[in-house]
Amino acid sequence: MRDLDKAKTIIGDFKDVDGALLECLHAIQAYYGYVPKETVDLMADGFNLSRAEIHGVISYYHDFKTSPQGRIVIRVCQAESCQAMGSRQLSKHVQQKLGVEFGETTSDYSLEAVYCFGNCALSPNIEVNGKLHARVSLDKFDLILQEGVK
Amino acid sequence: MTIIYIPRDTASISMGADDVAIAIAALGADLKEDITIIRNGTWGMTYLEPLVEVDTDQGRVAYGPVTVSDLPSLYEAGFLNGLDHKLCHGLTSEIDYLKNQDRLTFVRAGLIDPLSLSDYIKNDGYKGLENSLKLSKAQIVEEVTLSGLRGRGGAAFPTGIKWNTVRQTEAAQKYICCNADEGDSGTFSDRILMESDPLCLIEGMTIAGLAVGATKGYIYLRSEYPLCKEILTGAIKVARDNNYLGANICGSDKAFDIEIRMGAGSYVCGEETAMLESLEGKRGMVRAKPPLPAHVGLFGAPTVINNVLSLASVPIILAKGGDYYKNFGIGRSRGTIAFQLAGNIKRGGLVEKAFGISLKDLINDFGGGTYSDKAIKAVQVGGPLGAYLGQDNFGLPLDYEAFTEAGAVLGHGGIVVFDETANMRDQALFAFEFCAIESCGKCTPCRIGSIRGAELLKTGTNMQLLQDLCQLMDTSSLCAMGGMTPIPVRSAVKYWPEDFEKSSS
Repeated sequence: MRDLDKAKTIIGDFKDVDGALLECLHAIQAYYGYVPKETVDLMADGFNLSRAEIHGVISYYHDFKTSPQGRIVIRVCQAESCQAMGSRQLSKHVQQKLGVEFGETTSDYSLEAVYCFGNCALSPNIEVNGKLHARVSLDKFDLILQEGVK
Repeated sequence: MTIIYIPRDTASISMGADDVAIAIAALGADLKEDITIIRNGTWGMTYLEPLVEVDTDQGRVAYGPVTVSDLPSLYEAGFLNGLDHKLCHGLTSEIDYLKNQDRLTFVRAGLIDPLSLSDYIKNDGYKGLENSLKLSKAQIVEEVTLSGLRGRGGAAFPTGIKWNTVRQTEAAQKYICCNADEGDSGTFSDRILMESDPLCLIEGMTIAGLAVGATKGYIYLRSEYPLCKEILTGAIKVARDNNYLGANICGSDKAFDIEIRMGAGSYVCGEETAMLESLEGKRGMVRAKPPLPAHVGLFGAPTVINNVLSLASVPIILAKGGDYYKNFGIGRSRGTIAFQLAGNIKRGGLVEKAFGISLKDLINDFGGGTYSDKAIKAVQVGGPLGAYLGQDNFGLPLDYEAFTEAGAVLGHGGIVVFDETANMRDQALFAFEFCAIESCGKCTPCRIGSIRGAELLKTGTNMQLLQDLCQLMDTSSLCAMGGMTPIPVRSAVKYWPEDFEKSSS
């Protein structure tokens, strides 16, 4: 059983703020790296909602994860602007290089599809552990990966 | 002392602006040069990022795109004195891309340090609020109505009419909600505004609060914009510390405050009623209308929901008058719109122009053609729910009515260029797949129709069935997600039928 004290503090901070369940989930995920199952009961109590309602919110939003993520989280934009600059080819290359499909997690990598980072004048874009990289060619991706693995 | 400006916006940082800033500071220390670095916002000339500017007696001289490895040669060439170099573009204010724009909403973007209140005020900031505090609620609304401002998020509903509805609805609590869930691919103008001139949005929201009698505002910000959150949080604190937000705005006894709320990666939460659900901490399920959010909005209270740029256009309208703003634009599309040149384009970036410029002029004169130097095949205007247009449509004037007539959408002003290698069947397929992923699931045409549409395009060539499905989704979806997904699909079929002759691989 993981330490839930921090979750209790976070929930305490948000439970009386109007409509703040998403903010609470963001904070929990920022601390634990994902939303642990044990915190769902605590949130249900704190927010006076059913566990089903909390689960519904977690499962609705792409951002919220219910299991630990890889050491390196790579997010590749799949939207139109990046498509126009070769993101389909880049996506294939990334999957092949990592040996991971979109939506999959290994101990090393989590690979996610994202629909737009809002950096469309410099497509294609990827994000590695929160850092955005623009104009990512196949070669540039390999370089970024090398640096990220170090 | 030499003042050097290095932008701190997502685009320039993604191209190494932070590293450049560190390297220039180190260079200054090593060579005993007296350098002050200011992290300004971006001018929106994204193709030149990171755009480093050096302050000289003549004005700010621009160099870009600058990488760390360019610094030795820049220093040798004398860039600290604004001297020439192969990356030098002369005075920033004289660069055609910028000089040929009509900067109203983005007048301070790039010019100032986004978190400096004195920079903001020195450059006409808070004049709109100052004037608003002398006006009645009805007079503020009247000025906005007179300006002809329409919702810049895409729906183009007249802002003044929306505000008036909320103003006239009696309630103990009302809200201003800023929709900063800029999810359309090819759009980044909201991000630039929030990162480069956040106090402008705060001022606009404050004026909206005064106009309708709301004391609380929320900014619903997409989670893909972490730097916006950081900069907005800083700007809100600056405004609060100086009585531009809080219980007693500028000593007027009027109250208004703002809270930022983060989205969580859902595209449909950019739809206003789904956004309200999300702000209330729920799944982003679209609400049926009526009731309108102006009557029953956030937490059941009357609510103004405006896009970032609608709100950020308000300060200049109240500073210079509705008449001034109205004099830009054509027909019923008044003022300016921030176009965003994206995708396969040589000079991508932000172009604020009065309505009425043609697509051709925008793409060629500003954009400089494709990045790949191949011919343009298609341009998607207005985001994932906008039409794909071909060369035949490039003469279309960019205004709301002309686009609607052509079966297209101006939307939030995003323009994504594709070169001749694009396959329009793949793009139509993506429109359905995206809808299937992002549908909130409440209505059947969107939830199921999107999946059936993708299947049709993957496996068959039954165009009649495809058209029937499009008509069904168009006429019976609950919101624009399902209702407008047929727009890119139909346009792709109409203009590039040859791409649909065989089923995709």
